Amino acid sequence: MEGMGQFILRRLIGMVAVLFAISVLVFLIFNVIPNSDPAQRIGGKNANEQLINRINEDWGFNDPLPEQYVTMMKKVFTGDLVSYQNQRNVLDQIEKGIPVTFSLCIGAGIIWFVLGVVFGYLSAIRAGRATDRALTILALIGISLPVFWLGEMLLYYVANKAGLFPLGDYVKFTEDPLQWANHLILPWFTLSVLFIGFYSRLLRSNMLDVMDEDYVRTARAKGLPERQVRLKHVLRNSLIPIITLFGLDFGAVIGGGAILTETVYNLPGVGLYAGQSVASLDLPPLIAVTMFGAFFIVLLNTIVDIAYAYLDPRIRLGTQAA
Amino acid sequence: MNPSARPNPEPLLSVEDMRVRFATEDGVVHAVDGVSFDLRPGEILGIVGESGSGKSVTAQTLMGLTRSPNASISGSVRFHGTDLVTASEEQLQSIRGREISMVFQDPMTSLNPVYRVGAQIIEQIEAHKEIGDDEAKERAVELLASVGIPNAKERVDNYPYEFSGGMRQRAMIAMALALEPRILIADEPTTALDVTIQAQIMALIQRLNEERGLAVILITHDLGVIAEVADRVLVMYAGQIVEEGSLDDIFYDPQHPYTWGLLGSLTRLDQPPPDRLPQIGGQPPSLLAPPGGCRFRPRCPHAFEKCTELPALEERLPAANSHADRCWLEPSEKREKREVEGRIGLGAPA
Repeated sequence: MEGMGQFILRRLIGMVAVLFAISVLVFLIFNVIPNSDPAQRIGGKNANEQLINRINEDWGFNDPLPEQYVTMMKKVFTGDLVSYQNQRNVLDQIEKGIPVTFSLCIGAGIIWFVLGVVFGYLSAIRAGRATDRALTILALIGISLPVFWLGEMLLYYVANKAGLFPLGDYVKFTEDPLQWANHLILPWFTLSVLFIGFYSRLLRSNMLDVMDEDYVRTARAKGLPERQVRLKHVLRNSLIPIITLFGLDFGAVIGGGAILTETVYNLPGVGLYAGQSVASLDLPPLIAVTMFGAFFIVLLNTIVDIAYAYLDPRIRLGTQAA
Repeated sequence: MNPSARPNPEPLLSVEDMRVRFATEDGVVHAVDGVSFDLRPGEILGIVGESGSGKSVTAQTLMGLTRSPNASISGSVRFHGTDLVTASEEQLQSIRGREISMVFQDPMTSLNPVYRVGAQIIEQIEAHKEIGDDEAKERAVELLASVGIPNAKERVDNYPYEFSGGMRQRAMIAMALALEPRILIADEPTTALDVTIQAQIMALIQRLNEERGLAVILITHDLGVIAEVADRVLVMYAGQIVEEGSLDDIFYDPQHPYTWGLLGSLTRLDQPPPDRLPQIGGQPPSLLAPPGGCRFRPRCPHAFEKCTELPALEERLPAANSHADRCWLEPSEKREKREVEGRIGLGAPA
């Protein structure tokens, strides 16, 4: 399909443009807009004059703004970025955190998508009946539980008192896959609950709308079994917006949404690193983590657009029209 | 007119006292209120009426498509010894699409936008027949070609959005015919299409009726469409049949004032245009609380005392050959009253 190839190319170009715009914004927010000496802020609370002079030189804060921007981006992308508080290389730290964050987010993503769809589907086909009511209440509870509270409660009651799961911390998958999963079950659940509630409600209402569509009536009039009508015609069409949302939420979770969960369970991921950097007002890690988060949100956005075009052939029409 | 539609052969489909009620937030809607009719093999039966007269609900109920927790359906629809009103979902599934097919009003929304047109036809064939994918696809191509889609071999892989409205309706008809059903229910099949396409679609339905002896229930509010193709006509008003007869009966000797009104509001090319197109005054009644007696009484300029009592649908003419209506007026009076400015019309309110 040449339409599809062109579509993907256009999306990728768009993605690069958005990332550039974000990098400019990050630069402005961190280095230009605050009305104080940027070197002072980057150096941190305990920076002495010598360090500040060095930072001024390193980051070129006496150069014109466009040059400052280029210098900063060079630092971010070449792995030159160093925290002046603990002298650690920022990109190394992020690299170390990525497997943890991905383990958490991918697992949680699978759980919330699958359970969200299953509960939403059951709720929709039993709309108004007891199953639907029970799932509605559960979903509302799930949406209302704050992650930090739920995480602490699970740690206290399920992990500590009942002793069913370990008390936080992370075990590498390559070391012991079973322990890896065992340590992640509570964090996965904690991170998923909100989304399961949200997705099941959304899918339910989408499905109820789609059930009234003419093409669903056509499918029934064709003599298809009810199950096939529900899965192939109602669910398939109702999933399109859910998948869009999933891409966006998944990107947002990787790009910072997991901070609370990682902090509560002491998982050394990118989120925990970001949280600690915020607490110590350490700017270089924050610059990098912000870019990291933005990158994943934009990347997932692009993937969603491409998946959307695949799922709904009408979207591809736009490429020919443009 | 189709010569195979001889009077009174064994009916293919027999509807007895069908009633459909929907519970809504405002109360119970009596959408269909005691409808009875027969469909004979090979005939085209037209059902006309305004929006809300219950014609679409009647058609969908024939196939069990109005079943829902909020609907109560009574009466019977006999088809080959099965009562479709009480039939199980499984029984209905094997009849839908295989014995009785349906084409809907809006071809733009009646096909699922995310599947290829061919896939949607194949899906129907495979729901009823053990058949290989390749064979089913060949059949889909044949079907599309038979309803006049050019390049059917390539078009079969198109998505609905790549089809025009007329082509989509052709595809819907191809799909409906996939298993050579005995009955096609066409619910306003041309309402959403422009006039030239309307004529093509009607010609297609007529051709299928003649070539295959396909019995058709054609639902429309367009008397022009009915005049072209129907053998017999039911006129519906407020959930009831108010007049039933052959095409000639309805067009040349209409007995019910509502039918006069419908005919009177047609524009005619063979007569000088009137200053103002006649219309039926007032609004169709609410089906939440239909008027007592004759349902058309509140809008009828010829109503008299007797009309507070509901007239039965029966043959009232001396030589009536299954031409029935629900009006208390004497046939001789009617002939006089329906004459308005040299043509049939409802006349001014008294």
